[in-house]
Amino acid sequence: MDYAATGQEALSRVESAGDLDALESLRVEFLGKQGSISGLLKTLGKMSPDERKLEGPKIHGLREAVSEGLAARKQALEGAALEARLAGERIDLSLPAPEQPRGSVHPIAQVMDELAEIFADLGFAVETGPEIEDDWHNFTALNMPESHPARAMHDTFYFPDRDDQAREMLLRTHTSPVQIRTMLEQGAPLRVIAPGRVYRSDSDATHTPMFHQIEGLVIDKGIHLGHLKWTLETFLKAYFERDDIVLRLRPSYFPFTEPSVEVDVGYAFEGARRVVGGSGEGPGHAWMELLGSGMVNRRVLEAGGLGPDEWQGFAFGVGVDRLAMLKYGMNDLRAFFDGDVRWLSHFGFSALDVPTLSAGVGTPA
Amino acid sequence: MKFSLSWLKYFLDTDASIEAISDKLNAIGLEVEGIEDPSVRLAGFRVAKVLKAEKHPNADKLQVLSVDAGIGEPLQVVCGASNARAGMVGVLGLAGAIVPSNGMALKQAALRGVESNGMMCSSRELELGDDHDGIIELPEGAPVGRGFAEYRGADPVFDIAITPNRPDCMGVFGIARDLAAAGLGTLKPFVAEPVAGKFPCPVEIRTDDSEGCPAFYGRVIRGLSNGQSPEWMRQRLEAAGQRPISAVVDITNYVMLAFGRPAHAYDCAKLSGAVVARRARDGETVLALNENEYALGGEMTVIADDSGVHDIAGIMGGADSGCSQSTTDVLLEIAFFDPECIAATGRKLNLTSDARQRFERGVDPAFLDAGLDILTDLILRICGGEASEVIRAGAPPAEPKIVSYDPALAGTLGGVDVPGSEQKRILSELGFAVADDWSVMVPGWRPDIDGAADIVEEVIRIHGLDKVASVPLPRADGVAQPTATPVQRLERRVRRAAAARGLNEAVTWSFLPQADADAFAEGNGGLWVLANPISEDMKVMRPSLLPGLLAAAKRNVDRSAQGLRLFEVGRRYLRGEGGASDERLAVGLVLAGEKSSRGWATGKAVQFDAYDAKAEALALLAEAGAPVGSVQVMGEAGPQFHPGQSGTLRLGPKNVLARFGMLNPATLMRFDIDMPVAAAEVFLDAIPGKRGAASFARAPYTPPALQAVTRDFAFLVPEELRAGDLVRVIGGADKANIVAVSLFDDFRGSGVPDGQKSLAVEVTLQPAEKSYTEEDLKVIADKVTVAATKLGAVLRA
Repeated sequence: MDYAATGQEALSRVESAGDLDALESLRVEFLGKQGSISGLLKTLGKMSPDERKLEGPKIHGLREAVSEGLAARKQALEGAALEARLAGERIDLSLPAPEQPRGSVHPIAQVMDELAEIFADLGFAVETGPEIEDDWHNFTALNMPESHPARAMHDTFYFPDRDDQAREMLLRTHTSPVQIRTMLEQGAPLRVIAPGRVYRSDSDATHTPMFHQIEGLVIDKGIHLGHLKWTLETFLKAYFERDDIVLRLRPSYFPFTEPSVEVDVGYAFEGARRVVGGSGEGPGHAWMELLGSGMVNRRVLEAGGLGPDEWQGFAFGVGVDRLAMLKYGMNDLRAFFDGDVRWLSHFGFSALDVPTLSAGVGTPA
Repeated sequence: MKFSLSWLKYFLDTDASIEAISDKLNAIGLEVEGIEDPSVRLAGFRVAKVLKAEKHPNADKLQVLSVDAGIGEPLQVVCGASNARAGMVGVLGLAGAIVPSNGMALKQAALRGVESNGMMCSSRELELGDDHDGIIELPEGAPVGRGFAEYRGADPVFDIAITPNRPDCMGVFGIARDLAAAGLGTLKPFVAEPVAGKFPCPVEIRTDDSEGCPAFYGRVIRGLSNGQSPEWMRQRLEAAGQRPISAVVDITNYVMLAFGRPAHAYDCAKLSGAVVARRARDGETVLALNENEYALGGEMTVIADDSGVHDIAGIMGGADSGCSQSTTDVLLEIAFFDPECIAATGRKLNLTSDARQRFERGVDPAFLDAGLDILTDLILRICGGEASEVIRAGAPPAEPKIVSYDPALAGTLGGVDVPGSEQKRILSELGFAVADDWSVMVPGWRPDIDGAADIVEEVIRIHGLDKVASVPLPRADGVAQPTATPVQRLERRVRRAAAARGLNEAVTWSFLPQADADAFAEGNGGLWVLANPISEDMKVMRPSLLPGLLAAAKRNVDRSAQGLRLFEVGRRYLRGEGGASDERLAVGLVLAGEKSSRGWATGKAVQFDAYDAKAEALALLAEAGAPVGSVQVMGEAGPQFHPGQSGTLRLGPKNVLARFGMLNPATLMRFDIDMPVAAAEVFLDAIPGKRGAASFARAPYTPPALQAVTRDFAFLVPEELRAGDLVRVIGGADKANIVAVSLFDDFRGSGVPDGQKSLAVEVTLQPAEKSYTEEDLKVIADKVTVAATKLGAVLRA
């Protein structure tokens, strides 16, 4: 028998099998139980050992070759089938992917977190107090007795209510009452900041009846105005992340501090935007009022239960909204409280923008 | 406080420039709010003489002038004023000058064919008066060619903010004293010679209110003529923003603005009987100079005579007894009023005045006689007449204040070491008397000085705050310690969790319209309502975060927003103990309109539903560390919510951690929102704190080696059975093996009897030591079925 010709013919038929079904019938035809090559293998049993020695390898070779041919053809056909299927599965990837809503953190909250981070490094803890205050904490204990002209300058929101001690209830006009509460609760020494909402009966383009302040208070021994200046410089440099912050201290008056100091910061205009940095005396620069501060008045220390001959310290208050505007470039305070999602999305921060000192507390645009 | 440079220089000998004065004022705490410099405003306007005036060839009403402005050849100027004539001296605006009244720049131009090189000006054009009938006519000898501002006495005006502790600087003299101490010149002492009385004071003066008016000095000046005050005085007053009235009134105003010392002049003709400082009687009224009638009370000090009240003491005079042009005899009043009484009366009457501002801040009690001398001297010189003897009723507080001071405080409190000699110099120039032992006597015009810290302030503000050097605060060893409290950490975490879930943080007003607050107010123990709200929309402190967010949502909807996710972390204002507030931290969130807009893959837009609100509430509670596994869904979210599509999340029956659901359409109608809104409020204060000290180590855990097995169960249950209850009892059926139960089907309809529904759950079983046998699984399945049966559930075949 001409195995070579048989093999040749079988392989050529395998090669031209059009699909997997045809290929399978060829496998059955050649190698199935009743298959032609299987039949040849069976003939080996009836042969003499010499014959078998001669014919065996040839028949096995034939089976091997056809078997390999079948496998190769199968792989080719399967590859072609997959290619054809995938070609049919093409999609338009320029279509939009499912959208995830993008949330945001309000700039006030973000800036408060930034400030807390900076002041934590300077050893300041965060304290809070009620916004509905009594007039003792908001005024009297801060050296503003009832007849004090400065009371009238505070544009205070009052409630008709009085507390059990007949104190008039009001909306705190500053975060300073937290000074008193903290001194009374914790004694000295102290390093605290107190951020929060404050209220003044005032409303125009640059004032809103509610705004945010952050109070700073340091009580210790031997604290003086030089420490105040350093603290403000250090915090502002860290907050604006620039080393060229220059402060100008001006004498001022707050009943709760003595001496009292108004603090200006040098800035320049870049286009319509005020950019903090440089001396206000420099070319193209000017000063802008930024915060009020001073050495804690001894009457305030007394109201806080501290001995004014033993302890002294400084306090400052600064507008958080304003700090946010100066750093991140908003120009309308009223928009802070409008809740316009377009504004919130534009000026808000990602949840992941957690201020850290190692990454810089600010979030670049 | 406004004053002109020339007035300042009347008291201060200085060559300093306007800029130097301004810088120094700022440096010593007298904040310059503005400077108006007429020499800038009137630049380009000169004194000029009309040499010739000829008719304009092409216009009847115009003349062609030849004007000598002191610059070379005469200039040709076309002028329409009828009073323009040869020989007159007037004011010429040169090309390039800006006309103050209209801001126009003058330029060389041809008027009806004749070239004109400037403009002869009227008073109105230069904003010097209303006269527009003709051009300004200056006296014949006026120096031709000189700048008009200079000729007129260019007098820059400073506008300064005076802090309430500095009544002494509510007079120009006090400002001069401060500047002199700061090295900007020499203070010119100002004393008026006392004028001896020519006759006994014909009016009896008394104080019957020694508390409100400890001292009332006065004298009569008779035979005066109360015309116009002199030009120099009117200029100073006008520069200070005070309208000249008549000589006597102007003089009292002048003394107030020059020395911070209010006084009053009564027309003697309108007085009857003794003039007395006393408390007002209830029911008395006075018509004040501002033409308002004020009802007085027994706590107010007034000046009155037999006919009634003439003056709200220290605040405002009465209209009836004021001086007029025809006044010939005046009674001068210079008194010391108690600052607190003045402040209380002023507040009560809601009446401010220049006098009140000074009295309530505290005038110098030692300046009564000197003030009266100055007033008398000015009146006699300006108005003529003769002065009576002085009557002094009562006496001002005379006890000088002594502060014991330590010059080392400049360094230890003020942060700058100042030599003792310099401190002494500063203090004595400010009027303090420093003894050798550094006890410091405070001048009467500084009622604000209270203790050593005030002396430090005086020293360092004059020495220069710019000399205070920065000194680092001592720094604790090692890395900075954590400082945030648990509540602060909670707030930050929840805020960022909400933002990470796609919600936008808003900050809304703490106050609400009354109606909005009422709608969210049930059962909170009473709202906090402002007595003096800025508007009706900002009147009541919010009892819930939702109304503010809904108002914000409404604004967004009006701006065409289709879907909104807003949240706020903030306080609710409730009533606390002892009349105090109880301010509770909460997160409010509103999900309005479309959760997802229509999409090519998802089809129609999907609206938010109650489950979205539930998901947010649960997620935030989980982030806040609440034991959400033990939280139960219960009812009573409040009438603001849809009664059938809302609930509360509670720990135990009483502790409400959150409420959530669809808002009631009635609520939405109140806020005028025309789309469905899901909302939630998470009460952060209700979340139980972690017990015990914080530990970083988690509970021990090794993932089980054996594979978990899942089994599905379907039950027929009564339709009203809450699926959550079924899930809960199945979860509890075999706690050793069941690790999770998840409900994946809620079906009613074909195959399910009426009044019932089919609930299907997937139960996850976790073998511990060895894999389950068929027998084990059957035992667990039986437990599940038995547990479900207790709720009336029947296992479906």
